[in-house]
Amino acid sequence: MQQQRDAFVANLGKIYGIYTGGFLAFVIFLAILEQLGVPNYILGYLFVFLTLAVYAGIGILSRTTQISEYYVAGRRVPAVYNGMATAADWMSAASFIGMAGSLYLLGYDGLAFVLGWTGGYVLVATLIAPYLRKFGAYTVPDFLAARYGGNFARLIGVIILFSCSMVYLMGQLKGTGVIASRLLGIPVEYGVFVGLVGILVCSMLGGMRAVTWTQVAQYIVLIVAYLIPVTILSAQRTGVPVPQIMYGQVLQRITELETQYGITKHHVAPFVNEDPLNFFALVLCLMIGTAALPHVIMRFFTTPSVREARTSVGWALFFIFLLYFTAPAYAAFAKLEIFENVIGKAVDSLESIQQLPAWVFIYGKVGLVTICGQKAVDPQTVLQACQQAGITALAFDPKVFSIDRDVVVISMPEVAGLPYVIAGLVAAGGLAAALSTADGLLLAMANALSHDIYYKMIDPSASTARRLVVARGLLFFVAALAAYLTITAPAHILAYVSWAFSLAAAGLFPALVLGVMWKNANTPGAIAGMIGGFGVTLFYIVATNTGWMQPWFGVRNISAALFGLPVSFILTWAVSKMTTPPPREIQEFVEQLRIPRGPVLMEEARREG
Amino acid sequence: MASPAQMEEYWRKTRNLLVTTLVLWFVFGFVIHAFAKVLNQITFLGFPLGFYMAAQGSLIAFVLIIFWYAHRQNRIDQEFGVAED
Repeated sequence: MQQQRDAFVANLGKIYGIYTGGFLAFVIFLAILEQLGVPNYILGYLFVFLTLAVYAGIGILSRTTQISEYYVAGRRVPAVYNGMATAADWMSAASFIGMAGSLYLLGYDGLAFVLGWTGGYVLVATLIAPYLRKFGAYTVPDFLAARYGGNFARLIGVIILFSCSMVYLMGQLKGTGVIASRLLGIPVEYGVFVGLVGILVCSMLGGMRAVTWTQVAQYIVLIVAYLIPVTILSAQRTGVPVPQIMYGQVLQRITELETQYGITKHHVAPFVNEDPLNFFALVLCLMIGTAALPHVIMRFFTTPSVREARTSVGWALFFIFLLYFTAPAYAAFAKLEIFENVIGKAVDSLESIQQLPAWVFIYGKVGLVTICGQKAVDPQTVLQACQQAGITALAFDPKVFSIDRDVVVISMPEVAGLPYVIAGLVAAGGLAAALSTADGLLLAMANALSHDIYYKMIDPSASTARRLVVARGLLFFVAALAAYLTITAPAHILAYVSWAFSLAAAGLFPALVLGVMWKNANTPGAIAGMIGGFGVTLFYIVATNTGWMQPWFGVRNISAALFGLPVSFILTWAVSKMTTPPPREIQEFVEQLRIPRGPVLMEEARREG
Repeated sequence: MASPAQMEEYWRKTRNLLVTTLVLWFVFGFVIHAFAKVLNQITFLGFPLGFYMAAQGSLIAFVLIIFWYAHRQNRIDQEFGVAED
């Protein structure tokens, strides 16, 4: 078994090389089927079920009966592959489909997301990953319990972990539901169920080990799917298939057209949709949230060494970067398409409306494109709507012409005039992005329940077999609960996802960082800091969202941690100063954390070797 | 295991590297973007420079900073004999 596994790790390059080749061959095979006249919905089914079958196959092959394999993949994941898995874990449906759309709508100011969701990894590499890896935690609350003497700190950690991960998981399930429903032509609720099955088969038998190898596979699918359409479009429009560089020219053209159309909020101009305070507050909260979200941190528990944990963060950010530095190119190409082929066109006759690009009506039918305030279902509807509104030509104004932010990425194949197979590929990539993030979130929450609550707090004498049964049962329970909540929750629940970052930042970051950097941080200090920081952030979000309170200094509640973070740091510091410093053992524990050499510190992990 | 004085020196070097890294992070994460309007007047690879830095430049910097930090920290670990085998 051991030898088998080591052979697997030694051959990773070959295995995933063959896998990537196989995936590309599969796409080509579907493209041939399409040319032979196989209908689109069959291609959609093949895309969904074959990719799901591959992920499930990896999940089943990676099944395990060992605790350390289940929780931390046996700590044998090489830095590069852990980087890929982290990138998939990190990039959600929102990154894959939504981000380019936000950049389209907000221009420069949308880059706060690009900066915030990448810069945080510098903090992960320097402040979090190496030290928690040295500790040898199975979960983030494990560390809090060891450092801050006991189960009360653990419980608060679990509560914060749960509250920031649950809404996030619901967002991913919704994302899988929407994508599956578009590809398969089934209601979103059934799509959620398809996603749920996909997630459970991947994670249930093999825990972290299975999720790791599935996430690597999902990363490959999502990055291929993201890069292909925009690369082809760039080759068509600029003659060079490097969209990330060529969109500089596109931006220049956009600026010219903006001037021509009299648009004053230029795409490339900073701080026109957002004031600098909100821009930088958002960047900060997203960065610190990145460094505090448990499903990200726990990926770095799986590397073979502290050294590899550090480089693994670098690889993770590199793989994330490949997608994030392409997203603004999507936004620019989409804006150019709309400026050149939509804006300024006459809508006062059926003939002129019929000359609008085909994608306008393809996505108008599903309600993602509106013209003159009505869904652009067909030219006739558009004509009537615009006649009623007294509009004769399309202007760059949301009341006249607007697209849902998802359209920017998913319409790219039609904009570039590519066959349906590429649209299917993009959907498969979005599905991979949503599923991989859902896997990580689900595992983070279920592990907190099974390891922290059940094993550490309820039944510390439970046998290995029993713990694994409980872990799997709770995984199923959390997944079912999340699916139920996703289906019953109101539509705007997705807006809550962005709050997860602020809640994690203010709730966990100070306790984690001061736990390593400041020996005198003690139990009362950390508990006061966690409760205070989380409480202030939650209060600010709820109070401003319900309209009960005006925002302080006009800071939007997506950046609520701007207030929660200092509160948490100051409380931890002040309360630690006022109470007795931590005992000698804890100070020695911190000294051990700070040096890579030596065994992992967590008792149980040491016992298991 | 090294002497307490050596350990103190180890942690001092580690902390200096940490502070340097975080300063670089702050510069590329925040400071240069505060000058985005000014930088936008310069053209770089066809991009307005302020936009380029937020869309790509800082991201490349973050990746390089992490690998540089990991490399330097490994050297410190080896120097004090606390690296893993």
